[in-house]
Amino acid sequence: MTTGVSYDEGPPLRARTAAAVADEQLRANLQATAASWTTGREKMRDAFGFDQMRERAREIRRGNIRQLPELLDRLEERVRANGGIVYRAADRDAAAKYVVDLAQARGAKLVAKSKSMATEEIKLNEALGEAGVRVVETDLGEWILQLSGQRPSHIIAPAVHLNRTEIAELFRAESGEDIPDEREALVAYARRRLRAEFAAAEIGVSGVNLGVADTGTLCVMENEGNARLVTALPRIHVAMMGAERVVADWDEAAHILQLLPMAAIGDDASTYVNLITGPRREGETDGPEELHLVILDGGRMALRGTEFEEALDCIRCGACLYSCPMWRTVGGQAYGSPYSGPIGAVITPLLEGVSSPRGSELPFLSSLCGACHDACPVGIPLHDLLVKIRGAVSTPAHRRARLGARVWAAMWRRPWAYRIGVAMTRGGLRMLGRKGWIGRLPGPAGRWTSQRDLPARWPPPR
Amino acid sequence: MRVMLMRTCLADHVAPGVAKATIRVLERLGVSVTVPKAQTCCGQPGWSAGHPDQARTVARQALKVFAGTDPVVVPSGSCAAMLTHGYADLFAGEDEEDAARDLAARTFELTQFIHQNGLTPAAAGDAPATVTYHDSCHMLRLLRERDSPRAVIAGAGVELLEMADTDVCCGFGGAFSITFPEVSGALGEQKARSAADSDAEELVACDLSCLIHIVGRGRRVGVPLRARHIAELLDR
Repeated sequence: MTTGVSYDEGPPLRARTAAAVADEQLRANLQATAASWTTGREKMRDAFGFDQMRERAREIRRGNIRQLPELLDRLEERVRANGGIVYRAADRDAAAKYVVDLAQARGAKLVAKSKSMATEEIKLNEALGEAGVRVVETDLGEWILQLSGQRPSHIIAPAVHLNRTEIAELFRAESGEDIPDEREALVAYARRRLRAEFAAAEIGVSGVNLGVADTGTLCVMENEGNARLVTALPRIHVAMMGAERVVADWDEAAHILQLLPMAAIGDDASTYVNLITGPRREGETDGPEELHLVILDGGRMALRGTEFEEALDCIRCGACLYSCPMWRTVGGQAYGSPYSGPIGAVITPLLEGVSSPRGSELPFLSSLCGACHDACPVGIPLHDLLVKIRGAVSTPAHRRARLGARVWAAMWRRPWAYRIGVAMTRGGLRMLGRKGWIGRLPGPAGRWTSQRDLPARWPPPR
Repeated sequence: MRVMLMRTCLADHVAPGVAKATIRVLERLGVSVTVPKAQTCCGQPGWSAGHPDQARTVARQALKVFAGTDPVVVPSGSCAAMLTHGYADLFAGEDEEDAARDLAARTFELTQFIHQNGLTPAAAGDAPATVTYHDSCHMLRLLRERDSPRAVIAGAGVELLEMADTDVCCGFGGAFSITFPEVSGALGEQKARSAADSDAEELVACDLSCLIHIVGRGRRVGVPLRARHIAELLDR
């Protein structure tokens, strides 16, 4: 079984987006899922006053991030008091190493995982695979991707870019059985295959939607029941939590847990909410013997107090992805980062560096339309953050572009120079566009006419 | 009533008629319009492309040119939003912070200005009976203007046939249109098809940039559209 495909290889970003645009099936799948999300969101707005809930959620998350160090200390103290073990991982490698070392120390051969973007971020599957530990994804979407050797295309719906027919083909190839293209048959097959893995796994790895500092409770939301099995059945449970995912108390937790499925799936509840407060206690019949909470910094804490701080408010619902015309057109895989869509274009550079290979490219994959800000349940101004991050990028390519911007600014701050440019442009348009339309422009402007005709007069000739 | 007109750099370069139409529309409504000669651009092209220092250089010229107390009217939701929204970030902590805030407070997109002042321009002599309206993103989400353009269209006696997904981005996005031309083109095509499917005679918007992109993409993929800027719909 493939444990993962590297993000760091393959064609450049523009080529990946162009290939995705050409994939009609992909676009149809994405449009269908985005349309269904839009319908759900409208229902939530009318039935539950989503817009008012959003304001309260923004207050909660702004407060959480302001008090983050204290909240994390309290969470850690409570988890320990409940009998859990807490590890603060400074970076991705440290977080992955902790889990690998734990697996080796306990002689674990099989790890069962429920959905977790933080483990994608730290490349845990690769790290465990290299150490000879087999990993099985138990979230249906994640398992489908594991079978096909693909990366998630959405934060909460990882295989949303595939349709039922494509999934059935995959299952038939995997099983050698004749599985029909029907939802029930596909789920039944996955359940049969995965139940055996749950029983055999020594370690279960989950993500964490929220940590509640007051009680040391870890909240894991899901729809399939697999996270409940992953967090309860194996002897050891490892919970991987991004350091920003903490709230103070149950008032706050209740609000966010209610809002999360509304934003994420356009429904007022998820099927399961697992509330984990410590490992199995004396006299209890189920639950893991060991509970390990790994708190991943990975660049998060350094964002506090900067102009990018609001990116930490994110509760990873994926609503901004569904709302984004760019994501709806190319899907998440083209982004080449575990986090795609608007929030991916924001936190990839913030966590990996604004001048890192993908961190310097992704912020530009946006028309800055602002639909993400409207969709965000905690009101992060993602479009403004994108502009600020673009301004912070300093790669050789961006510095070359800045030379062009310098010439532009030097001309356009002077009305006379500006007017010369206007006259030249108008003259050029008249010369090239005698028929009223220009089908091909020279130089960099050719990128405009690669997709569109340019009207040489306005209003355009009829 | 007296206003200053920001012509916009895009109109200057490719569609000077839009600025002229704006002047005529306002003057017929009894508004006296001055057009500062030394104006260039609001700076948005540099700002959104990730060059804040250079954008600020250009924006300073706008601050200088549009100083005073008269309202500034802009026939573009996007340029207006740069002044009302973008300048707060662009000039945060700079000497011109107060001047930028003052300019933002008296800047209006054309239909916003018309609607807020209770004016009712008539339709142009050659105006079609039906139009469909594209909600440009900054107009809709930064200026929060869904109503003003619709009120102005209705007030002019032109029937509005809403297209599907009118609030979805057309894919222009400034530099985005040439950084990711294929994605931009795909979105432009969807928008052109939605506009055509509305069965309206013409496509209207408050932003020339979107229109040039949508119409140009439509023509390329065999969806010819008639289009005009909202000022040209009102320019009798």
